[in-house]
Amino acid sequence: MQGTMSQSGWPGQNTARALVVLISGALALGGCVSVNAPDKPIVIELNINIKQEVIYRLAADAGNTIKSNPEIF
Amino acid sequence: MSLSFRNTALLVGVLAVLAAPAIAQQRDPAYAAARAAGQVGEKTDGYLGFPVAPTQSVRALADDINIKRKAAYAAKAQANGATVEEYALTTGCLMIARTVPGEKYQAPDGVWRTRTSEPPLRDSRCPPAA
Repeated sequence: MQGTMSQSGWPGQNTARALVVLISGALALGGCVSVNAPDKPIVIELNINIKQEVIYRLAADAGNTIKSNPEIF
Repeated sequence: MSLSFRNTALLVGVLAVLAAPAIAQQRDPAYAAARAAGQVGEKTDGYLGFPVAPTQSVRALADDINIKRKAAYAAKAQANGATVEEYALTTGCLMIARTVPGEKYQAPDGVWRTRTSEPPLRDSRCPPAA
């Protein structure tokens, strides 16, 4: 008996669920915002951005290396 | 065997690079001539490459310089907390920017091009030419 009680939950739970579904349904209908998927795929070029940052950071040092080793550059 | 040879070559390269500032040499005449003749060119990865099939002496010359460059890149990359490839690529950006008209360089698509008075075609990540 207790088992069936705990499975069905407290009385009125179904009513509450139905209310929530109704309210959220009404909200969805009321504020209807259409979102279209973009035609182009969204590409996040994280690796390339990081690389460029590194290259910019190293540029001055690399310039010094070239200058101080003229026989190999 | 070949590994230990490579390590020895790398060590020699490191020593040569470390000793270089004191000596402050210029380009070897054979290297300068090979550059001017377009027998060697600057690759995007920071090393010398061959726009045309190299003679044995040109290949040996470029291999020797590339070993020394790699030693320099390795030491400087470690000092700057970067990878050898990152440091080499950065240097490649600068070396391509510093080619003079007539010299060969590799465009981002991998095709060898002859430098003209126009700015060279470089990787989009390269810093502005100084």
